[in-house]
Amino acid sequence: MISEFLRNKMAIAGLIFISAILLFALFAPVIAPYDPTHIDTKNILVSPSISHIFGTDTLGRDIFSRVVYGARISLSIGFIAVGIAVLIGVVFGSIAGYYGGRLDSIMMRFVDMMLCFPTLFLILAVIAILEPSIFNIMIVIGATGWMGVARLVRAEILSLKSRDYVTCARVMGGSDWWIITRHLIPNAIAPVMVSATLGIGGAILLESALSFLGIGVQPPTPSWGNILMDGKSTLGVAWWVTVFPGIFIMLTVLSYNLIGEALRDAMEPRL
Amino acid sequence: MLKVIAKRFMGLVPVFFGITLISFFVIHLAPGKPTDIQTSLNPKVSYEARIRLEKLYGLDKPVYLQYADWLKRFVTFDFGRSYTDDRQVSEKIAERLPVTVLINALALILILGVGIPLGVISAVKRGSLWDRLTTIFVFIGFSTPEFWLALLLMSLFGINLGWLPISGIRSLDFEYFSITGKALDISRHLILPVFLSAFGSLAGISRYMRTSMIGVIGQDFIRTARAKGLDEYAVIYKHALKNAVLPVITLIGLSIPGLIGGSVIFESIFAIPGMGRLFYESVMARDYPVIMGVLSIGAVLTLLGNLLADIAYYYADPRINLASEKEL
Amino acid sequence: MSVSRIVKIPLISLAVFFLSLLFHDSSLADDQKFGDAIVISSIADARTLVPILASDASSSDICGMIFNALVKYDKDISIVGDLAESWEILDGGLVIVFHLKKNVLWHDGAPFTSKDVAFTYSKLMDPAVKTPYSGDFERILKLQTPDDYTVRVTYKEPFSPALSSWGMWIMPEHILKNEDLNKTGFSRHPVGTGPYKFKVWQTGQKIELVSNHEYFDGRPYIDRYIYRIIPDDATIFLELQTRGVDLSMLSPLQYARQTGNDFFKKSYQKFRYPSFGFTYMAYNLSDPKFRNVSVRRALNYAVNKKEIVDTIFFGLGRITTGPYMMDSWAYNKDVVSASYDPVKAKTLLADEGWRDIDSDGWLEKDGREFEFTLIVNQGNAERQRTAEMMQKYLKDIGVRMRIRVLEWNALINEFINKKKFDAVLMGWFLGRDPDNYDIWHSSKTREGEFNFIGYNNSEVDRLLEEGRRTFDRKKREIIYHRIHEILYAEQPYMFLYSGDMLPIISKRFHDIEVSPIGIGYNFIKWYVPKEDQRYK
Repeated sequence: MISEFLRNKMAIAGLIFISAILLFALFAPVIAPYDPTHIDTKNILVSPSISHIFGTDTLGRDIFSRVVYGARISLSIGFIAVGIAVLIGVVFGSIAGYYGGRLDSIMMRFVDMMLCFPTLFLILAVIAILEPSIFNIMIVIGATGWMGVARLVRAEILSLKSRDYVTCARVMGGSDWWIITRHLIPNAIAPVMVSATLGIGGAILLESALSFLGIGVQPPTPSWGNILMDGKSTLGVAWWVTVFPGIFIMLTVLSYNLIGEALRDAMEPRL
Repeated sequence: MLKVIAKRFMGLVPVFFGITLISFFVIHLAPGKPTDIQTSLNPKVSYEARIRLEKLYGLDKPVYLQYADWLKRFVTFDFGRSYTDDRQVSEKIAERLPVTVLINALALILILGVGIPLGVISAVKRGSLWDRLTTIFVFIGFSTPEFWLALLLMSLFGINLGWLPISGIRSLDFEYFSITGKALDISRHLILPVFLSAFGSLAGISRYMRTSMIGVIGQDFIRTARAKGLDEYAVIYKHALKNAVLPVITLIGLSIPGLIGGSVIFESIFAIPGMGRLFYESVMARDYPVIMGVLSIGAVLTLLGNLLADIAYYYADPRINLASEKEL
Repeated sequence: MSVSRIVKIPLISLAVFFLSLLFHDSSLADDQKFGDAIVISSIADARTLVPILASDASSSDICGMIFNALVKYDKDISIVGDLAESWEILDGGLVIVFHLKKNVLWHDGAPFTSKDVAFTYSKLMDPAVKTPYSGDFERILKLQTPDDYTVRVTYKEPFSPALSSWGMWIMPEHILKNEDLNKTGFSRHPVGTGPYKFKVWQTGQKIELVSNHEYFDGRPYIDRYIYRIIPDDATIFLELQTRGVDLSMLSPLQYARQTGNDFFKKSYQKFRYPSFGFTYMAYNLSDPKFRNVSVRRALNYAVNKKEIVDTIFFGLGRITTGPYMMDSWAYNKDVVSASYDPVKAKTLLADEGWRDIDSDGWLEKDGREFEFTLIVNQGNAERQRTAEMMQKYLKDIGVRMRIRVLEWNALINEFINKKKFDAVLMGWFLGRDPDNYDIWHSSKTREGEFNFIGYNNSEVDRLLEEGRRTFDRKKREIIYHRIHEILYAEQPYMFLYSGDMLPIISKRFHDIEVSPIGIGYNFIKWYVPKEDQRYK
């Protein structure tokens, strides 16, 4: 399967790009030439130049530094939000799938209910109750995205639980918990990985949508979404404020999507 | 079969009420009241006036009583009146729904019309340059923040080239146009929103189609058809496609609830008076009746859409197996 | 025929010709002025066009074109009659008698009389009507209409903002007398006395008005008033560039940097006048850190307000020192803003025990760092940038200020009303009358009231009470100047700035004049010469 994946050139390109971004994020303090929150009132809206390769924003902050640090925020939101979604989804789906019967139908009924709510509504409601902090945004994106994972896991477990090795494990006296965590989940995880990879891209886009509405990550902390938003008011006079973060978002999400697609392709049993 | 459907349908009713209950309480958890917009920090509004207003809206009653009130009215199809302007909720929704449904329906047609062929051809030419290029193309649509692309295209087509209007759904002198003039005017205004809306969702359908097609092409009956000497064109477009399309149809069932949903970001940028903005503004203004109205309709459509998709899939599945034996 | 006759005829015709030119010119001039439409952009749709229910900006804009009040403000911010021809203030301010204009007609042709005023008052006081404006009118003891064109209002005690409160729009009794104001269709089809009549309202898209040819002050030149709803400011700016919008409010950035190119110079004219609001940072005065006036004064020295105005507003605003509109008579010009002096700030704080003992860059006292959280509402880019700059200035003197952005509703309810905040960055949009009793009086500290900081100064209380009882403008001036002085010295707010209003208007409109009250006061006189008109 891995070799299948590696044959997909686009996925490789995506992987390389993501790794670069990850490096950016990890080594931000080293790579970024300026403090991303440093206000420089003499250099407002300077176009890209040698001292500011991506130019500066409305308060004179270096955009390249902000994009680099923003990678940290946007990527962590992506990872953690998806992590939360996967966690909840796996737990939910495996319990529903394994135990079946009444419990299963009640739980899946609940999933149906959750799916009826427009994502935006849930996010708005939660953010209004709490407040737009990075932590809350991660939680809320995760808490509104676990349903798909739950369904996937449940479907996989339903088909897996009648397999021989599971019956064996039971006969041998394995507890439910052990069976679920040691046998079923690891085998059900494959489609979840695809979903997770695509989900990271989705979370990054969701963060920029929240920034548009004003309830994303709040300045002065830079995130790709809020740099983009800040730039919206400078359209026509400072293209660099919107173009650079926009390109980064696009390429990052694109890379995740390509990787996810390649994973899915690789797992497709060749008929 | 009908019995199963009926049973499923009945099972949806408690789900629906569960949704309304949760919605109601979640909305009321959010701090703030609908009267705040008029009264907060407005130096002309006195404390007494505020309290008076709250009483008038029934906001001083405990939450569960307010829910009971709402439920009582709802079962008689009375959605109540909006808290922001006291108009009938049904009226407010009815004036926004057509535009949203129109744009979504047009976008859906575009998505299917472009996405399905793209997916099919990508599957047939799997691994080729064409496949790679279309993959990147559809994913760019999916990966780009929508308002960014929207503003870019609006500048390009509206200002630099001057071909299309910037925003809105009609021109200011619309009333003076002839019938054809009016139709043309609306079309021009809708080109960018429909295109962008479709571009963002192209990836979903085309990739799903591609996967489904690849799956079908690899099946035995196709190999048999080829062995029998049928020409490639017939193999692909008659046999494989017919079977590959069925699961995609179930996706359409799932898209039905999406038809009434609007993206608030989209509608704000294009100044389109649609459901997305109605909903967003209601949440910000804590306009509970409107929020509940929109959510209820959405819930009904989602549940029905899911049911339809399940039914379609049930029929689609045995057909695939049957067809694969029958066609040859 | 005699020679004289032959000469006379051409002479007479010449005379007639010249005379006709004289008359012909003036009527031609007016004739050439009528017509066209003005397209105004708005971020939000209106909510209701029942004037006493209209509390949001968009509804107020439209109501302002459709309705009139008894009085209005003239270009130099003095009160003049609108529907009232004249008035008398009697009994030391207990009674105001209005004499109404006699030639005013409602848009449906019915005559305007004192019955309409009495009706409006009764609805303002009706507890079942969802109006937020009843406050000022609760001070009225009784309102009488001795005849069709006289209104006699008696107050419980002399109340000088009363005159200003009659800037409230008047509603037609003959149309609304049996209507439930909250639910009436009038809110979507209003009938007023104003310069423009309602034509159509396409929800979420536009509201269109047409000029009232029988308007008592003269028919407006611009025939159509089109209010276009465009929720995004980037889109509005794009529409300006395709001339889809004629009038819009610019942000400071747009005014200073984005509208200077040839296109804008050729097609648009920009204006600038002071706004009626000011921005401030309010301290929660029950917080032990902020109870000390020296601390508040120190922080005032630490913030470079001039740099804020120059950077965020590109200089399009002024530093303010008091809670009044800067060009009004109530503003005390002798109260000068403290200079930017971080050294002095640090010294003052050190005197109060705040020192950086462990050299970590932050000030401490009794083992605790000087830190607090500033809350800001989401949705106002300039305010957020102000908060960020203030954060930097305070960091420079060792004070750690965190910024917390909240959604408006949450901010008001959870934090302001329940007084759960350290400091908040806000703005007040002021009324024309300087009486701000509701904001500064020590009795106005209940939940939801405007003295949310808990300010209590008995001299200010006394002055506020006196200010609203006196009608003598000179006396009031002294009172408000003194309040201004005290407030700046005590620093319950850090008074920051008052930004400018920056409208941009298509160049084809003539006769627009900037004045202290703005540019809208003579709207009915704006015109577009025939050859430049764009819309039918």
